Amino acid sequence: MSHQETRLIFKHIDEEGYTNDIDCYVKNGGYDQLKKAVTMQPEDICAEVLTSGVRGRGGAGFPAGMKWKFLDRKSGKPIYLICNADESEPGTFKDRQIIHQDPHQLIEGMICAAFAIQAKLAFIYVRGEFFEGYKILERAIEEAREKNFLGDNILGTGYSCDIIVHRGAGAYICGEETGLIESLEGFRANPRIKPPYFPAALGAYQCPTIVNNVETLCDVKHIIEMGGEGFAKIGTPGNTGTRIWCVSGHVQKPGYYEFACADITLGQLIYDVCGGLKPGRKLKAVIPGGSSSKILRADERFTGKLKDGTEYDWGIEDIPMDFDSLMAVGSMSGSGGVIVMDDTTDMVEALANINYFYAHESCGQCTPCREGVPWMRKVTQRMVDGEAREEDADLLKSIADQIAGRTICAFGEAASWPVQSFIAKFKDEFVEKAQEQAARRKEGKETAEATTLI
Amino acid sequence: MIILKSETIEKIDKLVPRYPTVRSAALPLCHLVQEDQGYLSNESIEWIAERLELQPINIQELVTFYPMLRTKPTGEYHVRVCRTLPCALSGAYQTCRSFEKEFECKVGHTSKDGKVTLEFVECHADCGKGPVVMVGEDEYTDIDPEKAAGMAAKIKSGELSNGL
Repeated sequence: MSHQETRLIFKHIDEEGYTNDIDCYVKNGGYDQLKKAVTMQPEDICAEVLTSGVRGRGGAGFPAGMKWKFLDRKSGKPIYLICNADESEPGTFKDRQIIHQDPHQLIEGMICAAFAIQAKLAFIYVRGEFFEGYKILERAIEEAREKNFLGDNILGTGYSCDIIVHRGAGAYICGEETGLIESLEGFRANPRIKPPYFPAALGAYQCPTIVNNVETLCDVKHIIEMGGEGFAKIGTPGNTGTRIWCVSGHVQKPGYYEFACADITLGQLIYDVCGGLKPGRKLKAVIPGGSSSKILRADERFTGKLKDGTEYDWGIEDIPMDFDSLMAVGSMSGSGGVIVMDDTTDMVEALANINYFYAHESCGQCTPCREGVPWMRKVTQRMVDGEAREEDADLLKSIADQIAGRTICAFGEAASWPVQSFIAKFKDEFVEKAQEQAARRKEGKETAEATTLI
Repeated sequence: MIILKSETIEKIDKLVPRYPTVRSAALPLCHLVQEDQGYLSNESIEWIAERLELQPINIQELVTFYPMLRTKPTGEYHVRVCRTLPCALSGAYQTCRSFEKEFECKVGHTSKDGKVTLEFVECHADCGKGPVVMVGEDEYTDIDPEKAAGMAAKIKSGELSNGL
């Protein structure tokens, strides 16, 4: 296994002298793939994307070509394309780089995708906190329009498409595609139930809609360049293309690193690429795919059979970084946000921090989530405030178990998985917290200790 | 009635017809009016509703849902500290305590002199450079407690841009 990055999407990110204007982009071969795309049949582009096997980079990892295939083309209604640039899964910061440093790559990918699905109007739903990113995208769209890569009669083909940049306003749930659509339509971002509201059939304005992540839409450009088969050669079967791993937390060199799928293990990523942990510290746990994904404990052994039948026996450091391997060990690659925790981390505090986030972000539509997630936050807050009880771990698990699978959208799982996995793997620390506080109480001491994570 | 700047009106008039439905322009208009006025008063909410031929409640329900929309003005400086896990692992809570001490103001409040509103916010998607702090629309990264004290001094002296 090599430790050489495969920079496809991030080819020009942080490159000296590379600027985010259209001249620089065109000088580097920009919009050549759009010129190629508009000479192709739209359905052929869709076929290439399907062949490429590219899986959605936003979190769920659903094959993008399949999503496009579900598009209802017979309804006679307009078709919309939405780029999900509401990057807000804690630990993820890849789309920000594309938007800030290479916005035309996204726009080119979007117009290619819009042409393939024959959308006449596309949206970039960008999170509200990206003030600068919003301005950059607006400018980039104007530049593309001036050069006729966008707007009416693109490159003289008779095909027209416009892009609207739509700003969110700080709500995490807008990253959920149906919540995003509600928000775009001018409502609270309460997700819709599937079925019937699969966006490909009933999306924005009740019309067929494709919602793809920023990175996925950038991939479309490269699929047109290399062909679906060429793209599928990167990575491994079923896990094609590259992934941008965003590493944060207790490593020496946090940052974003792009590798072909399965080209690197979690251990190599942490120790070789990110320079390991601070001197004297030991690895305690890793959340591998954004804060919703299940936590992995450093001393776990992962054994079982992969989809293709091969048996595996991995320590945490041996896990190949791709969709299926992380799924096999009971977690997920999600949005690529790898959060590393060393042995100084108090797991009760870490979970209290995560629960605070999800309690803040629940949209409030479904009772189990609206009531359950703030309840879990209250329990973990009480624990760090010095009133921990030995039975709290079981209580937390029981609440989480009653949320997951009982909500309209996947937020219920996103909020429950951290709790379920923290308790499954670090229950001893939750119980000890209560015992330590009880001991201090007996001695007449203050039960709460100073916290660092909440 | 509120009085909006002519460039705000111009932006609004350009934006609304671009959407397939007028209601889609509701959130963008909330942003534009908030940027113009500093916050969304009842009058602003009524104005947006009327502009989009909606009821005020249709706008009010957005204002109460989306964290970035506010019904009260902030201090001259709006300081937002990310407190989500990756930033917390890099010391965001200590950074915030440093701000609290310097501004003599608890997080979630505005300082007595009205200079600073200090808030915790959730993940700003720059987790590799935590702790992340925003002042107005400007982002600052790797802000440890010491750097926070330095920023606070520049805010108190008015040297730092308020990011608007």
